[in-house]
Amino acid sequence: MTGDRVGIIGGYMTAFGEHWELGIRELAAEAIIKSIRTIPKGIDKKEIEALWVGNMSAGRFVGQEHVAAVVADAAGLTPIPATRVECACASGGLSLRSAYLAVKSRMFDVVIASSVEKMTDQTNAGDVTTTLATAADQEWEQQLGITFPGLYALMARAHFQKYGTTKEHLAAAAVKNHKNASKNPKAHFRREITMEQVLNARMVADPLGLFDCSPVSDGAAAVILAHESAIHKYTDAPVWIIGSGQASDTIALHSRRSFTHVHAAREAKKQAFKQAQHILGHSPQVQLAEVHDCFTIAEIMAIEDLGFFPEGEGGPATLEGRTAIDGEIPINPSGGLKGKGHPVGATGIAQALEITYQLLCDAGERQCADTEVGLSHNVGGSGATALVHLFSR
Amino acid sequence: MSFETSVPLFWRRLASHYRLSATRCTNAKCNQIFFPPRRFCPKCGLETEENVSLSARGQVVTYTIIYTAPTGKELQAPYCMAIIELEDGISITAQITGIDPSEVFVGMQVKVAFRKHGSFSKMGIIHYGFKFIPADYPRKI
Repeated sequence: MTGDRVGIIGGYMTAFGEHWELGIRELAAEAIIKSIRTIPKGIDKKEIEALWVGNMSAGRFVGQEHVAAVVADAAGLTPIPATRVECACASGGLSLRSAYLAVKSRMFDVVIASSVEKMTDQTNAGDVTTTLATAADQEWEQQLGITFPGLYALMARAHFQKYGTTKEHLAAAAVKNHKNASKNPKAHFRREITMEQVLNARMVADPLGLFDCSPVSDGAAAVILAHESAIHKYTDAPVWIIGSGQASDTIALHSRRSFTHVHAAREAKKQAFKQAQHILGHSPQVQLAEVHDCFTIAEIMAIEDLGFFPEGEGGPATLEGRTAIDGEIPINPSGGLKGKGHPVGATGIAQALEITYQLLCDAGERQCADTEVGLSHNVGGSGATALVHLFSR
Repeated sequence: MSFETSVPLFWRRLASHYRLSATRCTNAKCNQIFFPPRRFCPKCGLETEENVSLSARGQVVTYTIIYTAPTGKELQAPYCMAIIELEDGISITAQITGIDPSEVFVGMQVKVAFRKHGSFSKMGIIHYGFKFIPADYPRKI
């Protein structure tokens, strides 16, 4: 072993959903304080050296900027250096990566990667969709009338046209993710849905209906990272981060080379796999993944971009059940963004947490078969940012 | 929104929004056209020249019909948004109008039209710009 790895020693997420009684501070404080309590051998709070906070748009959702200080204050961690990072819906993934890089660099031994989003204080669907659309090109997409679901609908139509993907293929992802979420006590939607419900739902942005879209959720999540040299003081069973990739692309969808895949995700995957290969000594065999299914088409593109299925075969594979919890490669056992909920900035850390639970065989009713390597895939906007992380026991 | 009365925000983009005015890399070997306009060529790093005219015709590459509209456009819903590839090879996002959204199809030929886009509020600035209409518009009934 290299002796220079970074591992997860603890973590916690609030339930995702509509938390009418809780604001951004209460949510973030719960995730961070309870994550500290999960460290098997305990920790003195003073040993935690830095805090990252992933958050997309507290400024618009609740009128609060300077979010890192707000969170450090609420969690009782001042005067810790606290940094907010933002890349739209991938802000959580970026929080994880920023914390990871800081430990990997040996600047710190123990840090917290947290994330929070409070979305439901905006009670008008038009206002929420306007805020989410700021993840796209304001001048040349949003102000001309495209919405965030609209951008993914453009990709869905292009995917239909190029590969023959159908609405049924997309619906299968939503049905599967709701089924998984029904087994997740932290999920926004703990109920199953039927194919008919998805296909007959009212349209949001044709061809995407209501059940093709992840919900508007509140929530927070946190994981605590430690350097290998210090890790056994805190736990005997860490989950190692063995790869961290991040890439960017043009902010506007129309400027990209393809509308049927997310190029940044492919680039991020390449980086993460290269690092994992170096640590493991062989190419990582990914056995399960949490992917960014903000819309059903996004899951189909993700499992193709990550190389689990050839281009154009993601839809049929999903419909055939090959990505179910008992399938050949479980995708989104947590319920994904669709079923678990999608408090935008908080999602990336919740994904890492699900992989952690799965690798430690601590995922309860939704536990996948014994796995050694898991992947998380977090996308910002319509694909202008993507992060891919690899984890192992 | 606080920028609803911001004149400069709209003023500096008038040429592009009213006339599809693009920019072009001044490197003769590159010569690439940019729309939305870029002040610097992302490849060469050179400053671009302005006021390059784009083709007013193109075709629909992919489209969607927006039912849940952003604030300020609720009254227009459902409306069609598309990515259009112009004859110059430039792709842009725009609304398709002058046709029932359900009749739009991939490959449809379209041409540019000057239309009202909306205003942010009763007292806000009214902004205008490009939308696209069927190439055979106005159709005979």
